[in-house]
Amino acid sequence: MTRLLELLINGLSLGAVYALIALGFVVIFKATEVVNFAHASLLLLGGYVTAVLHDDFGFVGALATGIVVAAAVGALVEFVLLRRAKARRDVIAIATIGIDIVLTAELSRRLGTSVLALGDPWGDKVVQFGGITIAQTRVAALVVAAVLIALFLTAFKYTPWGISMRAVAEDSETAALMGIRLGRISMSAWCVAGALAAVAAVFIAAFPTPGLDRTTSLVALKAFPAAILGGLDSMTGALVGGLLIGLTESLVGGYQNDLTFLGRGLGDVAPYAVMIAILLIRPSGLFGTREVSRV
Amino acid sequence: MSKLRWAPLLLLLLPPFYLDAFWLHAGLFAMAAAIGAIGLNLLTGSTGQLSMGHSFFLAVGAYGYVYFAGESDGHVAGLGLPTPLAAVLAVVLAGLAGLAFSPISGRLSGVYLGIASLGLIFVGQHVLFNFEKVTGGYNGRSVEPMRLLGLPFDGSTDLVVLGVPFGAEERLWFLGLVLLGLAAWFANGVLRGRPGRAMNLVRDQQIAAGVLGVPVARVRGAVFTLSSMYAGLAGVLLALAFQRAVPDYFGVMLAFEYLAMIVIGGLGSVNGAIIGAAFVTLLPQLLTRYADALPMVAAVGGEGVAPSDAARYLYGGAVVLIVLFLPAGLSGLRVPFLTPRKETTP
Repeated sequence: MTRLLELLINGLSLGAVYALIALGFVVIFKATEVVNFAHASLLLLGGYVTAVLHDDFGFVGALATGIVVAAAVGALVEFVLLRRAKARRDVIAIATIGIDIVLTAELSRRLGTSVLALGDPWGDKVVQFGGITIAQTRVAALVVAAVLIALFLTAFKYTPWGISMRAVAEDSETAALMGIRLGRISMSAWCVAGALAAVAAVFIAAFPTPGLDRTTSLVALKAFPAAILGGLDSMTGALVGGLLIGLTESLVGGYQNDLTFLGRGLGDVAPYAVMIAILLIRPSGLFGTREVSRV
Repeated sequence: MSKLRWAPLLLLLLPPFYLDAFWLHAGLFAMAAAIGAIGLNLLTGSTGQLSMGHSFFLAVGAYGYVYFAGESDGHVAGLGLPTPLAAVLAVVLAGLAGLAFSPISGRLSGVYLGIASLGLIFVGQHVLFNFEKVTGGYNGRSVEPMRLLGLPFDGSTDLVVLGVPFGAEERLWFLGLVLLGLAAWFANGVLRGRPGRAMNLVRDQQIAAGVLGVPVARVRGAVFTLSSMYAGLAGVLLALAFQRAVPDYFGVMLAFEYLAMIVIGGLGSVNGAIIGAAFVTLLPQLLTRYADALPMVAAVGGEGVAPSDAARYLYGGAVVLIVLFLPAGLSGLRVPFLTPRKETTP
């Protein structure tokens, strides 16, 4: 029973981190209709900057720099690629794969085989209550993700920025005619996504994971199924999808000794299997807008 | 004039007589990749369906062949079928795997399918690593050489043609050429006929396609199946060229490379897929070979950027530049005076 509770809490916390990444992904898709395949490498970039600078700047300073760098690179991608390319939206999505290839190649070359610590204040400390042992990083991840998501959703709902972004998502041409600057909105979406990814990087690389290495971006890829099984154009979907993926991974990973007939390392694959199963039943995800044209 | 248009292709028969094994091997990779890229281009370029699962179907083809053709021993199982039959069965198996995915590939459009098929890679990798009886696990397993009409495609028997000893690479070169030629010819046929028009319409105007009586879901599912058969064939050829199939190779990076190929070469064009495949597969080999002569690029183990990384910067950057400035890809480049203007059809 305690084991189940531990796994559930770990899963929730992991899911909250995935939700952070998926949220950025969905924001970009809503604002620009482009799927950002470079998202995982933006996350790796944010994490890398944090890891390299934490000795000199302290953890908070390094994280702030990481957030700024990831947001700036996101904005740069928007400025150079999305604004100028005249191609179809799915072709631009492939172009973001090009960016991902370059960024990942550069970062993995710098990382080599080393595993970098991020210098987070929680280290490998744990909290215990009622016989349950949880790593402090997991609790921190849950809290930070919840606060950021709440902040973001509030901003999305009430601030002028959020309202114009929703208007653009609804109908970009009309929004432009009403005086909303599409370029600014799409650039701010990329900034927000980059920043959220950089924060998520900390918790993906923190204890119990050994640290930031070149496979971190593969872990970040799991936010893709989170985003798509919730529905690519739905914020709620990103949150629910993230939690679902996190819980699946944690539970399947925790009980994999009972599931050995399915092979080793099942926890890493289960999220994708869940995604495929859900897409079979609901092709546009749990909360996504269903395609109205049935042909 | 138009009859002589294909004459330059005859030059492709010459390399085995002049080049050494290194270049022939590189060329073989390019040919295998070209077959896979043609298949992906039918799906992504012509039908507008993004697929990241291409490397999964390459793996199905490669391991299908290895399993059907290989002999059983202590570690791995195999059926020991005649190799040409095994190759055909491997392609069919890849096609069946694609068909099994058609409930998803038929219903999802564009980028949705892209992410869903990403799941195939991870599930596929999991299966490859754990299904050791067939795949040999982490270290992979060796590949039975092809044997056609009594002629083995490896260096086990002596064969001298026009004074040049023909080893594995030289023989496989011609096999690769024939397969690539057939693959390109078939794809061109598909694209020029009714299916091609239906595919382009599904890409550009889904609703119009439905109204005109094109069964959108069926077309998507069918093209996905066809493209996975191309990937299967490419996988067989890759396995033959590698002579060893390792699960690690068929990962996300490989799927990204294939997408890079078709964008660089030109979306929706068979020639484009071949050009892009040659660009992406030959680049790392070229950089490795001439690492000493190039600035910034270091030989293996030396200081500086490794050739494989340098190649990634180049083709990753090329994808972005081509999307920005050359929407038709490299195959859309027209050199004045050399390339005749396309005749416009009314």
